[in-house]
Amino acid sequence: MAILNAAVSTAVARPLRGGEAARLLLWRNILVYRRAWLVFVTGFLEPVFYLFSIGIGVGAIVTGFTYAGEPIEYRDFVAPGMIAASAMNGSLLDATFNFFFKLKYNKLYDQMLATPLRTVDIAVGEILWNQLRSGIYVAAFLMIMVAMDLVHSWWALLVVPAALLIGSAFGAVGMALTTYMTSWQDFEKVTLAMMPMFLFSATFFPVTAYPGWLRWIVEVTPLYRGVVLCRELTLGVPSWGSLVSVVYLLAFGAIGLMVVRRRLDSLLLT
Amino acid sequence: MISARGLRKSFGDFEAVRGIDVSVRPGVAFGFLGPNGAGKSSTMRMICCVSPPSGGELRVFGMDPAKDGPKIKARLGVCPQEDTLDVELNVYDNLYVYGRYFGLPRAEVKGRIDELLDFVQLTDKAKAKVDDLSGGMKRRLTIARSLINRPEILVLDEPTTGLDPQARHVIWDRLFRLKQAGVTLLLTTHYMDEAEQLCDELVVMDQGRIVAHGTPLGLIQQHSTREVAELRFGVGEHEALAAKVEDLAERIEVLPDRLLLYSDDGEAVIDAVHSRDLSPVATLVRRSSLEDVFLHLTGRTLVD
Repeated sequence: MAILNAAVSTAVARPLRGGEAARLLLWRNILVYRRAWLVFVTGFLEPVFYLFSIGIGVGAIVTGFTYAGEPIEYRDFVAPGMIAASAMNGSLLDATFNFFFKLKYNKLYDQMLATPLRTVDIAVGEILWNQLRSGIYVAAFLMIMVAMDLVHSWWALLVVPAALLIGSAFGAVGMALTTYMTSWQDFEKVTLAMMPMFLFSATFFPVTAYPGWLRWIVEVTPLYRGVVLCRELTLGVPSWGSLVSVVYLLAFGAIGLMVVRRRLDSLLLT
Repeated sequence: MISARGLRKSFGDFEAVRGIDVSVRPGVAFGFLGPNGAGKSSTMRMICCVSPPSGGELRVFGMDPAKDGPKIKARLGVCPQEDTLDVELNVYDNLYVYGRYFGLPRAEVKGRIDELLDFVQLTDKAKAKVDDLSGGMKRRLTIARSLINRPEILVLDEPTTGLDPQARHVIWDRLFRLKQAGVTLLLTTHYMDEAEQLCDELVVMDQGRIVAHGTPLGLIQQHSTREVAELRFGVGEHEALAAKVEDLAERIEVLPDRLLLYSDDGEAVIDAVHSRDLSPVATLVRRSSLEDVFLHLTGRTLVD
């Protein structure tokens, strides 16, 4: 019988190399979203709507706004905040709700572990996917900003790699936390964490509005780091301080990745 | 192909597998029988390299699952107890993506998919969503998927549980063809007819241990009589009546709904029962089956 006759072809099943495994996981997710593109698009729209309503709408009645001692347009202040929020949305949607579904209901990773794939391949592949979605969101967002004449510096192009950093940080941490969740109710906590982060991480007003201790809390949130980084880039004023944000986000991603891999081991390889 | 020495698996205080020795030769259809909780699935998971053994030694293709998991898995086909099909992809893409996880080139995977869909009679469902398939179709798709890497060993954990009789026969037919093509089959089941039909060699597991090992026929000859007389009395009478007939047979089993009398001549037993002025509601004489071996060895009916 041909289907069982390995001699028919020279191709033989084998373990994958790391890069191949990650690429296949990306491809699997692309196949899924090819049929569910609407879901993909709606996640992108929220920060865009905020840019229009708060940044441009409210911005029209804000006068004399200053940032770091310089007078700037309020919408130029809000736009980079929405870039970072867009990157966060892009990765967290898949890293929490969809990751939970794949893990508990679709049994996707049980399926993958019956093949030569390893848990580290799964963790890396899914985090790369989170990054990719963040990157796509932010690239599209940047184009909208160009069309609205909100980009004033070539440095702004670097928000795309910045989005990849934000995507990996939120993706890895989101997935790590999701491995501890037991029911859909637990996701209320995700919403509960995302909403204030979105509103208060120096997205709509500067962090100087906070009293000292509260300011400190805001400044350690990953979204704040992302917002500051994006703002420095779109305003064309990157500094050595930007590197702090880069290192901070990288560390978040790396620690998250390690936790995810270990959690997948203990959940799936029992 | 597979060898285990003193293989153990425990979950906290619970010992699921308590030291088993198994050796599976190439080309054999090897069955694991046992009630729920006997340790069959735990054993399968260890062989499939998704569950690290707690003790003992395990080798698959001569390799250690702890070290060479991916290499072993490249040569294994796995058909798990619960279907783990990707519900976000259609039938074709399920096979395609899965095949690619084995490092096979695109064109190769596509060629194999066409053959496999034909083999499991799902060619016209290639574009269907997984959720729209019937239980039997999902099972067939899972089997097709497990064959995409042309495995040397196919591991099937309760391949026909929950399927209707027709769907079961289709699966059995396909598994039989695979066996003839030289694939080593490793299956767990708690259906005796399945074990009798498919397996060349069996082990019976109970409470984490192997309690018997042999061919289906050999086990029947070794652990049961040629025939069985089944007697059915009124509800609740079986326990009390057992004492009155137990001398008529070599061995007697008391089930909630009937008495099983083991003897080489079943008809003679029935006649003797009647001559004692006992009138069972129904009687039946049949040949011994694996079910009887199982009852004898584990003291339990199978599906409990």
